[in-house]
Amino acid sequence: MEPILEARHINKSFKKPVLFHVLKDISFKIHKGEFTSIMGKSGCGKSTLLYILSTMDTDYEGELYLNNQLITGAERNELSQIRNKHIGFVFQFHYLLPEFSVLENVMLPAKKLAEKSPEEITHNAIEKLKVLNIEHLAKKRASQISGGEKQRVAIARALINSPSIIMGDEPTGNLDSHNADNVFTIFRELSDLEHLSLLVVTHDEDFAKKTDRIITMEDGRIIT
Amino acid sequence: MTNWGLILSIAKTHLLTKVKQTSVAALGVTFGIGAYITLVCFMTGLNTMLDDLILNQTPHIHIYNEIKPSKQQPVSLYDKLENSINSVHSIKPRLTQKKIHNALPIIDYLSSNRHVKAVLPQIKTQIFYIAGSIELGGNLTGIRPIEEANYFNLKDYIVEGSADALEQTDNSILLGAGIAEKMSLKVGDRVQVSPLEGGFFPLKIVGIYQSGIAEIDAIQSFTNINTIQRILGKANNYITDINVKLYDIELARPMAQDIEDQFNLRAIDIKTANAQFETGTTIRNLITYAVSITLLIVAGFGIYNILNMLIYEKMNDIAILKAIGFSGRDVQFIFMSQAIIIGFVGGVLGLLIGYGLTRLIDTIPFETEALPTIETYPINQNPIFFVIGFTFAMLSTFLAGYLPSKKAQKIDPVKIIRGQ
Repeated sequence: MEPILEARHINKSFKKPVLFHVLKDISFKIHKGEFTSIMGKSGCGKSTLLYILSTMDTDYEGELYLNNQLITGAERNELSQIRNKHIGFVFQFHYLLPEFSVLENVMLPAKKLAEKSPEEITHNAIEKLKVLNIEHLAKKRASQISGGEKQRVAIARALINSPSIIMGDEPTGNLDSHNADNVFTIFRELSDLEHLSLLVVTHDEDFAKKTDRIITMEDGRIIT
Repeated sequence: MTNWGLILSIAKTHLLTKVKQTSVAALGVTFGIGAYITLVCFMTGLNTMLDDLILNQTPHIHIYNEIKPSKQQPVSLYDKLENSINSVHSIKPRLTQKKIHNALPIIDYLSSNRHVKAVLPQIKTQIFYIAGSIELGGNLTGIRPIEEANYFNLKDYIVEGSADALEQTDNSILLGAGIAEKMSLKVGDRVQVSPLEGGFFPLKIVGIYQSGIAEIDAIQSFTNINTIQRILGKANNYITDINVKLYDIELARPMAQDIEDQFNLRAIDIKTANAQFETGTTIRNLITYAVSITLLIVAGFGIYNILNMLIYEKMNDIAILKAIGFSGRDVQFIFMSQAIIIGFVGGVLGLLIGYGLTRLIDTIPFETEALPTIETYPINQNPIFFVIGFTFAMLSTFLAGYLPSKKAQKIDPVKIIRGQ
């Protein structure tokens, strides 16, 4: 199996307020269709690692490959395009644009990518909403729906450009157990049925146990 | 690659969901531009009117024979006293004629100059106005009425009668409004004038002249140049003053200098004659522009403030847009286009308000004794003011939007997302 995402010898230090070596020589691979979770105590650097992998944080040493292409050192605009096309994001907080409707939120990355016609994009977005059982919310404002629903909208948005990998930063951290299960089920299905790669940072041990692979971090190192 | 349709639709949604803030920002521009247009049109209208009041009647070059003591006294011509100190007390001017020597050839010569629009001879003299037992001192100026009306706006100051009547009627007079009032004379009456040399000449009043400057109206009257030559008993080459009007007022000074040197006459250009007046105009313009620019800058700061606030409010949105693949540039364009839309809408409204207000002011009656031809407040609706106003609206909103949007471009999404 070919790796979707590969990290080679990643090191990162925070210089402020004091010099702190947060990530120490991190190397691993994520394969296609793999559902991986990253666990570790608070402050072990797992979120920092995720943001480096997501290409939003460019201040690190080491090399990062996406689909076997080196993306370390690329221009910011290029990175924006890579995020747009290849990476889907789900955050702990829902992060929808509150003034836009649910449908518009989902369509936004596709419109940015502009590879498909507006009709196709609308059709795809409604398809994604249907898969997640929230197509009845399409016309509602993003600020008017519940937390669990928002998270599902966020997942639909992450899926709209058919990315190579979905990344989540505690996607269930702010949800009750029912909605958390719901989100996990969605992820599981995406991984099993559509062979999507997933990388999720979590605190939730139950959640992590149900994933294909757990990466455990401690003090800036991968220990398992 | 920039997807403008998408960027504009995001900007539009931001603006429409914050209608209150958007309209406050746009109104800031509207009032700034509206006030600028109103102020500039009104002030320049007023300035032009005041300028015209003086300048229209003033020739660009006024040529006359000045009575003054000779600069060179005979003693200084005497070689043997060259290195000694000479002092002549009580120098008096020499008696010379008032008329310009060879006036008619000079007029012909000046008329042939291609920069000259018109050359008009005048005869100025002191006379007494006599009606019954009343005798009033005053000035009578002999003119060519039709040309004077065409080139020096004389017709604007004839409140009754016309220049044509003065041209056509023999022994007629265009009487100053002040004199007419004092002597209770009206058009059609006769007034007797008496030159200093003596004699009485009855003249028919064919019009009333009112310059708006009371002191002038109380003494000044006009008559045909032939009539005055007859009154004074002079030949038809007796001319005391020559007024020159040029196409380009800037040439007045050098030309006046040339004429002085060439003909040994006194030639005063309009700028020298109205130096203090020019200063007044400059300062009024300066004040107008200072106030206008202040208004526009205040409007600009309003926009800057509101966009700054908007960007702080939209930190999360900016982070999420960047996370899902919008570049810093895209985000900057989103906020820039909001600023430009605010500037455009506010600017256009401001132009309309300014236009409306100036039209309104233009209809307000403004009647004053001093300005016989003015009926409403003067407005100068020069299109250039509207162009400047709109350009400034766009420019200031661009700048006011540029700085905050630059900040939005630099926002690090990781900090916002992790900070929550």
